[in-house]
Amino acid sequence: MGSELAFYLFAAVAVVASLLVIAQRNPIYSVLLLIASFGALSGLYVLLDAPFVAVIQIVVYAGAIMVLFLFVVMLLNAPHEETEYDERVHPLLQAGPLRFGAFLAAALMVELVWALTKGGGEAGRFPGRSVSSVKEIGRLLFTEYSFPFEVTSILILVAMVGAVVLARRETP
Amino acid sequence: MTALLIAQIVLTLFVFFMLLNSAAVMVYVERKVAALLQQRLGPYRVGWQGVLQPLADIVKLLFKEELRPKAADAFLFALAPIIAATCAFAAFSVVPFGAETTLGGWLPEPLKLQVSDVNVAILVVFAIASMSVYGIVLAGWSSNSKYSLLGGLRSSAQMISYELSYGLALTSVLLLGQSMSLTDVVNQQSGTWLGFIPRWFVFLQPIGFLIYMIAGIAETNRAPFDFPEAEQELVAGYHTEYSSMSFAMFFLAEYVNMVTVSAVATDLFLGGWHGPFLPESLGWIWFLLKVGAILFFYVWMRWTLPRYRYDQLMRFGWKVLLPVAVINVLVTAAGVLYFGI
Amino acid sequence: MITVNHYLVLSAILFAIGTAGVFVRRNLITILLSIEIMLNAVNLTFVAFGRALGTADGQIIVFFVMTVAAAEAAVGLAIVIALFRHRESLNPDTFTALKW
Repeated sequence: MGSELAFYLFAAVAVVASLLVIAQRNPIYSVLLLIASFGALSGLYVLLDAPFVAVIQIVVYAGAIMVLFLFVVMLLNAPHEETEYDERVHPLLQAGPLRFGAFLAAALMVELVWALTKGGGEAGRFPGRSVSSVKEIGRLLFTEYSFPFEVTSILILVAMVGAVVLARRETP
Repeated sequence: MTALLIAQIVLTLFVFFMLLNSAAVMVYVERKVAALLQQRLGPYRVGWQGVLQPLADIVKLLFKEELRPKAADAFLFALAPIIAATCAFAAFSVVPFGAETTLGGWLPEPLKLQVSDVNVAILVVFAIASMSVYGIVLAGWSSNSKYSLLGGLRSSAQMISYELSYGLALTSVLLLGQSMSLTDVVNQQSGTWLGFIPRWFVFLQPIGFLIYMIAGIAETNRAPFDFPEAEQELVAGYHTEYSSMSFAMFFLAEYVNMVTVSAVATDLFLGGWHGPFLPESLGWIWFLLKVGAILFFYVWMRWTLPRYRYDQLMRFGWKVLLPVAVINVLVTAAGVLYFGI
Repeated sequence: MITVNHYLVLSAILFAIGTAGVFVRRNLITILLSIEIMLNAVNLTFVAFGRALGTADGQIIVFFVMTVAAAEAAVGLAIVIALFRHRESLNPDTFTALKW
């Protein structure tokens, strides 16, 4: 009963925060709301008996990637987005690509929810308690998944070099 | 409501109030030790030898006017000290400070002297440390002033740079302790070698301890890494525009962070609550003594060493500390495999 | 009784919200944030299925997805910075030089 309540609470926070992320004008508030959404997702991971992933979510996503976003937003200090549509009426209420895009996303949601609620009920019950220990994750990471692990290290190196090269000022 | 539940709630409140008190004590200790190091007297008027000085400071801060610059973003301006203080307190929630106790047989089951025993406690400390960056960067941004923004960005860049070395120092202890739970790591350090050298991890991992302390001092923005809040360069860095209780929150967050770093260092490297002469149930006295020693070291460092310049600080963090930390982890891993610890 | 379907539906909703963000918002940084929402929805699906199957494989995949997301965010933001320096705007509609 407590875990059900926790699930609905975290799910509500995640959904509301994500909706506000895409609805906010100010990008700094968007980033902060996304951090709140990540916190809620971290709680959901704890409910799914994955404490390691939960903490890594906070460390990597909320603690590092979002700091990167925040830095970029602060350093760019971008003005209010100039748009082609009439600002006085909300863009979703005017006929145009934005409203069509939102409609497509809503259609996607309806389809996915319909497809994913098939075969629910008893077939979807979680098996008994199983807390994946960090040891088990480490063992899998270095035996079965060692190749993707090594490739990821090259990926990160390439990303680092790429980011430095792309953001460099042209020195005359 | 079983007796154990009541005891746990009381323990949580006790830890919270002790952290608040420790910040107040640290204010006094800092000023007195600074004075003695500089061969002057320090606070000696308010109460015997000035022990009521922190109380006077708190009263002064309470009565100051709460200012907010007009161009500041009100919500973020108010949120930043809250984030800083919350993360500081939250990090201590997984730190054990004593052995399990039944309070003299009054409780049916032993009560762990830890607010919550998570089996990934080391990672939780690391995660909350990485969240405390937000308090500072939001403070710098929302104040809408040059000094604050520069200080905030510099400070957060410094914190995230030293987080890497911090995490690697934690990893090297993890390899020795074979567990992420702080209670397990402490219990592995009980006992002695040759009858008189305690089995602390600092003897197995001296470089790891050094890296952890340096990264910890950089994480908490203390001297010699306190360029972002240096008075001579940046007025007061990210908390320039704050006054009264908001400033007190940042102040509090800094001291509580110091206490948390010291407490985690004690648990991981200095054997936690294990000590020679006292029984296990009084181990928290040893814990307090060790944490006090590390806090004295903190204050000592501040008033002895000159401040690092910002580029020297960043260069040190990336080019010196990080490779040393990585090599330390490799050597520790090789040692654990070879010696089978 | 929370079944795996609850988590899947939640993840579908989050994915759709992320998609809506990419379609509707005209600000490069918000688009990147919406992509992060989508990646997180996928992470949730992986962990939920991993738990339902009783293995740790779901968490391993999440590990990799997070790493890829970090790398992609870094490179994406570097590109945003480079573009901003060029045109002083974060609206993707201003970058139409390659349009027919």
